[in-house]
Amino acid sequence: MKDTVEPYITDDGRTIGGVLMDMRNITLRFGGVEAIKDISFDIREGEIRAIIGPNGAGKSSMLNVISGFYNPQEGEVWFRGEKRPPMKPYQVARLGIARTFQNIALFEGMTVLDNIMTGRLTHMKSGMFWQALWVGRAEAEEVENRARVERIIDFLEIQAIRKTPVGRLPYGLKKRVELARALAADPKLLLLDEPMAGMNVEEKEDMSRFILDVNDEFGTTIALIEHDMGVVMDLSDRVVVMDYGRKIGDGTPDEVRGNQEVIDAYLGVAHD
Amino acid sequence: MNAPASGGLNSIPALLARNVAQHGNKPAYREKEFGIWQSWTWSEAAAEIDALAAGFLTLGANAGDHIAITGRNRPALYWAMVAAQKAGCVPVPLYADAAAEEIAYALDHCGARFVVAGDQEQVDKIADIRDQLHELDHVIYLDGRGLRKYDHTHMTSYADLQEAGRKADQTAEIEKRTAALGPDDKCVMLYTSGTTGRPKGVVLSNTNVIETSRNSAEFDHLKAGDEVLAYLPMAWVGDFIFSIGQAMWTGFCVNCPESAETMHTDLREIGPTYFFAPPRVFEQQLTNVMIRMEDAGRFKKWLFDKYMKVGREIGPRILDGEKVSGMEWLQYRLADWLVIGPLKNTLGLSRVRVGYTAGEAIGPEIFDFYRALGINLKQLYGQTEATVFITQQPDGEVRSDTVGVPSPGVELKIAENGEVFYRSPGVFVEYYKNPESTASTKDAEGWVATGDAGFIEEGTGHLRIIDRAKDVGKMASGALFAPKYVENKLKFYPDILEAVVFGADRDYCTAFINIDLTAVGNWAERNNIAYSSYQELSQHPRVLETIRAHVAEVNKSVAADEMLAGCQVHRFLVLHKELDADDGEMTRTRKVRRRIVEEKFDDLIAALYGGKSEIYTETEVTYEDGRKGKITATLAICDAVVDASAQVAAE
Repeated sequence: MKDTVEPYITDDGRTIGGVLMDMRNITLRFGGVEAIKDISFDIREGEIRAIIGPNGAGKSSMLNVISGFYNPQEGEVWFRGEKRPPMKPYQVARLGIARTFQNIALFEGMTVLDNIMTGRLTHMKSGMFWQALWVGRAEAEEVENRARVERIIDFLEIQAIRKTPVGRLPYGLKKRVELARALAADPKLLLLDEPMAGMNVEEKEDMSRFILDVNDEFGTTIALIEHDMGVVMDLSDRVVVMDYGRKIGDGTPDEVRGNQEVIDAYLGVAHD
Repeated sequence: MNAPASGGLNSIPALLARNVAQHGNKPAYREKEFGIWQSWTWSEAAAEIDALAAGFLTLGANAGDHIAITGRNRPALYWAMVAAQKAGCVPVPLYADAAAEEIAYALDHCGARFVVAGDQEQVDKIADIRDQLHELDHVIYLDGRGLRKYDHTHMTSYADLQEAGRKADQTAEIEKRTAALGPDDKCVMLYTSGTTGRPKGVVLSNTNVIETSRNSAEFDHLKAGDEVLAYLPMAWVGDFIFSIGQAMWTGFCVNCPESAETMHTDLREIGPTYFFAPPRVFEQQLTNVMIRMEDAGRFKKWLFDKYMKVGREIGPRILDGEKVSGMEWLQYRLADWLVIGPLKNTLGLSRVRVGYTAGEAIGPEIFDFYRALGINLKQLYGQTEATVFITQQPDGEVRSDTVGVPSPGVELKIAENGEVFYRSPGVFVEYYKNPESTASTKDAEGWVATGDAGFIEEGTGHLRIIDRAKDVGKMASGALFAPKYVENKLKFYPDILEAVVFGADRDYCTAFINIDLTAVGNWAERNNIAYSSYQELSQHPRVLETIRAHVAEVNKSVAADEMLAGCQVHRFLVLHKELDADDGEMTRTRKVRRRIVEEKFDDLIAALYGGKSEIYTETEVTYEDGRKGKITATLAICDAVVDASAQVAAE
């Protein structure tokens, strides 16, 4: 099914297109430790793809391979039908892959607005010199990018904190700002590393809604790592399950839920 | 009724046409969206309204249909109301935060065929109840986010409907329907909040709305060029009058905030010249200022205290147009430059020419604070059935304890039992589909019962509201007993959370008092007073002493009032538990249930009227999970200082 897959329409009316990213036989080692062992899976355009697994299963390593931060020793990463050579993170960002981090990585002293504006950096062409002088293209670019950012602020309902320094915000809101910054890059593929970690139930519900809305409204393909099983099963179209660096399950939430190996490894042993 | 002085302008659409002719290029509406204040001139707004009105016609709206509108304050929703009128329909704004059942009741009751909903949240609520609503035909939504996948057979976006309206040529039909709007036709229907029983649909006519808007706008010299911030619920009569009635009559600009949370920032950016807020908004602002000043450096704090004192002394006098000496004037200018001006700017009240508060009693210190800043904050008294205005305070006659003189065109009458009745051009037409309630509220001569007891002050002619009419009683001596009046005075002290005053058919008044744990606990901390429980703190001798001082002050101020001098609190006790809705002592909206408190604590009341100095009591309490428990306490009963001078005078 590698390169030829038929687009289909989900129950809730979204179109899932062809393969956007294809991970082929990825193996990643740190010295003698094999963090990822010969894993293959794909991410299709428009879908929400989750990677789950217990602690130390290699989920974050996998995300780092997708984002180009780690280069696997074996295997190939295909993005939009082309094999991706080893790249620097900024090159990956230019390809249209944006991410959020497990432990929020925002600029604490800067306002929410400025933080989100940094997400537009790859779209700004004028150099530092022209921006400092604030003439010509620099100004027009700023206005145009600010307009984009304002759409995202409106979308994520963070108008009230637009001018607040990020350091003063509660955790749940910081997570949302991070999502905003990733969205500002207009990504083809959005990677979310534990978007709900440490949140209370209400914040989780909000975040789930935003993830679904982002996917629905902008058609952004989303790959996420998450611990909260309930969230994963509700949100995602397909789930990859990892354990000790191996892939032990791959399929729709229902398929994965019924997989005995997955139940044993992650969800706990099933009782008769 | 006298011939209306509105000069043939019999409807809101007629006023709109006049505004387009007179102020065509001036801003009529602004809304902050995407970080920028978007604005529409009167001509642009009228074009939007026409397109939507035509859209309603393409959906088959008939003259007289009800069109419900729900969502947060946005220009497009205000236009929807006017567009409904242009199409000959009656707008019915609903509370955006109402639960689905409440909305279902209102929609079913008014038989609305169309609903204009602000966003997905509102659409979802309507979807939940759709099968109960047989007359509902079409839902029009404004913000399409998240709605793309919904079934659109009976749903259209606002913009699409406008587009359809522009394409279909409906001008002639709209003109016909608009021209047919007469002074006695329905202008709007508003549902009362319904604290008692089912909400009632109050029908207001064009005359009600236009006459009231005209009178009140003239009273306060409102004019084109004024700015208001529309942030209170659109279903509330006040917002309808301020943001539609008065705005259309005078041609001033209505500004809508970006979201509910950004209200304070938006307020600051707009700097309204005419501003309405319920007391809690002013209270919250003041508390924020005070907390931040507590955290400020010593010099700033000193500067603030010094110049606020100057402001308090001189500010209100300048506002009231009294003469102040040159020195005083100079001092106030200095205070204004150093403290008051910047503070007003921070609060977003720099340009306020007329500010109103209403709804509940406002604490005198809050009132004085804003007046010290030179903000012309006034009180008004009104209700939906009166199209808001019953009384209001004229410039220069502002006090925290009255609600002002009758608004232009309003007649007042005080009944035997103290209940206030009024008659005015604003008196509502009827309760929709509820002739019994209409008949019991409004008599044949047009007098309407307010349900509040009050009296008109000798000399000034100001109305003073003392209590709900059903709570007002007589004491054994025959003197007037108005518990809420005294309770409100007590509750203005931050230490006191709740107070319940007894005294109907008794020789003297007594009171239960609840301390405010946050305020008193904070005070205890600062004064190194150790306590282990609410109960212990409530019975601490120094706490009792403080409360005793508060009661004495309240007694003094009550005594100053001849009619109510009998209501002074002679004995009181501080309760060992907070009155709680879980125990049935309060309603869920935190109003004391007097009867239940009286029954439950009858031993304490007996002790207050007996001669004891303390009493042992056991009280059953319900925990949040529903379990019941018992607390026991020995409560001190305190004698309060009573202002004797008035007592003698009264007897």
